[in-house]
Amino acid sequence: MENTTNSAQNPEVCLTCETIDKIYPGTKALDNVSFEVKTGKVNVLIGENGAGKSTLMKIVAGIESPSNGKLYMDGKEVSFKNAAEARAMGIGIIHQELSLFPNLNVYQNIFMANEHTKNGALDNKEHIRLAEQVLAKLEYPIDPNTIVGDLRVGQQQMVEIARNLVQAGLRILIMDEPTSSLSSQEVEVLFKIINELKASGISIVYISHRLEEIMRIGDYVTVLRDGKKVAEDDVKNISVSWIVQNMVGTDKSYAKKEKNIDFSKEEVVLRAEDLCLPKRGGGWLLDHVNFELHKGEILGIYGLLGAGRTEIFECIMGMRPEHTGKFYLHGEEMKTGTIAQQIDKGFALVPEDRQREGLVQTLNIGKNISLSSMERYAKGGLINRKKESEAVKEAIKDIHIKVADATLPILSLSGGNQQKVVIGKGTLTNPQILLMDEPSRGIDIGAKTEVFDIINQYAARGVSIIVISSELKEIIAIADRIAVLSNGLLTGEFQGDEINEQTLVTASYKGHNRT
Amino acid sequence: MKNIAVKKAKSDAPSSLGMILLKGRTFIALILLFIFFSFTAQNFLNPASLLLIAKHVALYGILGIGMTYVIITGGIDLSVGAIVGLGGMIAGGLIDEGLPLQMFGVNLYFNVPAICLIVILLGALIGAFNGLIITKFNVAPFIATLGMMYVARGFAMLRSNGATFPNLVGSAELGNTGFEFWGGNVGTIPVAAIILIIIAIITAIILKKTPTGWHILSIGGNERAAKLSGVKVNKVKILVYVVSGACAAVVGIITASQLVAANPSSGESWEMNAIAATVLGGTSMAGGIGTIGGTIVGAFVIGILNDGMVMCGVSEFWQMVIKGVVIVLAVIVDQFQRNMQAKMALQQRSSK
Repeated sequence: MENTTNSAQNPEVCLTCETIDKIYPGTKALDNVSFEVKTGKVNVLIGENGAGKSTLMKIVAGIESPSNGKLYMDGKEVSFKNAAEARAMGIGIIHQELSLFPNLNVYQNIFMANEHTKNGALDNKEHIRLAEQVLAKLEYPIDPNTIVGDLRVGQQQMVEIARNLVQAGLRILIMDEPTSSLSSQEVEVLFKIINELKASGISIVYISHRLEEIMRIGDYVTVLRDGKKVAEDDVKNISVSWIVQNMVGTDKSYAKKEKNIDFSKEEVVLRAEDLCLPKRGGGWLLDHVNFELHKGEILGIYGLLGAGRTEIFECIMGMRPEHTGKFYLHGEEMKTGTIAQQIDKGFALVPEDRQREGLVQTLNIGKNISLSSMERYAKGGLINRKKESEAVKEAIKDIHIKVADATLPILSLSGGNQQKVVIGKGTLTNPQILLMDEPSRGIDIGAKTEVFDIINQYAARGVSIIVISSELKEIIAIADRIAVLSNGLLTGEFQGDEINEQTLVTASYKGHNRT
Repeated sequence: MKNIAVKKAKSDAPSSLGMILLKGRTFIALILLFIFFSFTAQNFLNPASLLLIAKHVALYGILGIGMTYVIITGGIDLSVGAIVGLGGMIAGGLIDEGLPLQMFGVNLYFNVPAICLIVILLGALIGAFNGLIITKFNVAPFIATLGMMYVARGFAMLRSNGATFPNLVGSAELGNTGFEFWGGNVGTIPVAAIILIIIAIITAIILKKTPTGWHILSIGGNERAAKLSGVKVNKVKILVYVVSGACAAVVGIITASQLVAANPSSGESWEMNAIAATVLGGTSMAGGIGTIGGTIVGAFVIGILNDGMVMCGVSEFWQMVIKGVVIVLAVIVDQFQRNMQAKMALQQRSSK
């Protein structure tokens, strides 16, 4: 044993995975993967969905056990029976899918299973004090008494991070896509925190699909493909295209958008006039917003978290009956009705959170796709199965869902393909206006490119599309025109050459200066 | 490509056999119970007792079907037992006393089909109330239907001040004879069993072949996603309670007819048998998963277990203990199966 653990005794390495296999019946999720966590460094793990990153991290965090291979910490072999044992050894994990308690408040979540007590009773004063302290460190002052379910996804992500930071004796922190729902401002804060953690000797394992981030924050990159380690190197020796090449085998990048069509001459399909949405406790979520959407146009909506982006979709879909202002659909005033009525008017929504709002996990792939349009295949009350399955097949082909059999459970699909199912459900209703809220969140580059292709494909067919995205590069690549929201205000609208990262970011902060 | 397919088929083979056994467990349990009681209970295989069992199974089955719809949406309906009692009392009252219209000074007597229709509509109406309270006022289904259970039972008692309507044969001159038909047999087959089969076929078709059915399934699976997909969640939820209430009213009619008397306390705690049949049939209490066929098998298990134990002379107290253990065991095995299935799905995902 001593021989094989030479590297593990190296003080620069605090955890070693040695020739790990993870075998599921019929498949090898991990194939002879060795991986080192370097002390006080940001160890980046990257690969397309299904490459085995999450499986490897679950093994490190004690959630799964390896079929073969060994784990060493400080030169000693370790094996974790469960997550609690790994946690006791100082390994923390921030999951890709949030694992908070929506019914409890912020400080209860932060100190869950890590409670401070005083004379045997919960010491909530201490909890609140420490929670405020850690949130202040994150530059994220949320009231610790807020119920987590009332927070937006990005805010919840911050709570999840805070929860790991308060853990005593933290040595390794695994972050599985921590920035997928954060705004660029919040990402900056997170990076600052990561640097502080590094300085205090904590090792980070960082999984992300955002390549620019990796180049900025990472120290050492390991690339996985199909369960095998294909490459590793110091970040200073590599480039983005090196990562992409190793991840996918060939060089892939976002399809460039031809931005030479003048949509201002096209018909205005949807117009919002003086759209206002009051905030609970005063102020506005949407503050007199006006915008137009032309036929076949892709309108991007960019903004920081809480800028009011999702709320625009909620108003359009009839989920916010308290909004004021007017919508005009094809020039005629539109009263928003129920969601079902809005779908009948030609709207389709691809919601932000595919697990909570997009998919029905108990239904199979096909039924998830046909859920919104099922009534169209019914005759005399009964569903015409042939018609339905043909439509589903068509949708699967149309949006390139990689699936052998539409009757398989939805959980058998990877994140990217699940997202495509949600998109397929929307497009199957033959929408004229497609509303997409963060359609590329938490999926790999390959799937992202495909999602963008789908968006372009539908725009070319004359569907008008509004895309919300927090990722600058993506929204620049996909949108014909970009509207920027900031603090409920429309602070800018850019087109053609005016679109660049600088102008968008500047506009996204404008609304905060006003008060 | 070929290789992969072969490999996959091989690795699936052992686990899928286990899965088939696991999925068919209630059915297997049913067969085992049947064999067991054939040997231990003397009169079990005697046609008269089989007929009796069939009648009981039909009652639990019809209640269970309504309950299945409700539980698939993630709800529960505790009021069905009380609706059985109230439905029977309304039917009995209409036969024995008619509908007194004081302003005209006459007593209106309906014929039996009309009475049945009135009672079923009443059950549906009570269900609609349940649904409205749950959807419009956001009351938890457990509480809303618990309240309705007391209200309906109370009205059943109030109808006759707690007394029984006896001898529900009607009279030829009033034109309301024939009520006992619903509790009787056609040839050797109990009418209740025929009604069960008809309701089961209709509800199973609705559940798996119509948009409404899939909407029911989607609401239980993820209500928010269903809503955002355009499913009319409130409408569908009200509908399932209407179906449940109507099914309970049908059972009320059959029960009163079988006894040729309406007792205000009949159907007491039958909601528990209905829930048990549903759960034994593989319907998930968390919603989103369930079949009508499963519930029928569940009703058979509950019915045979009940009557078999009676015929064996098992004391009533032990019967309760055994029933309780069986239900909890069923849910434990059910959870186990779900975990296995979820694991298999995730494995398929990481195998890509």
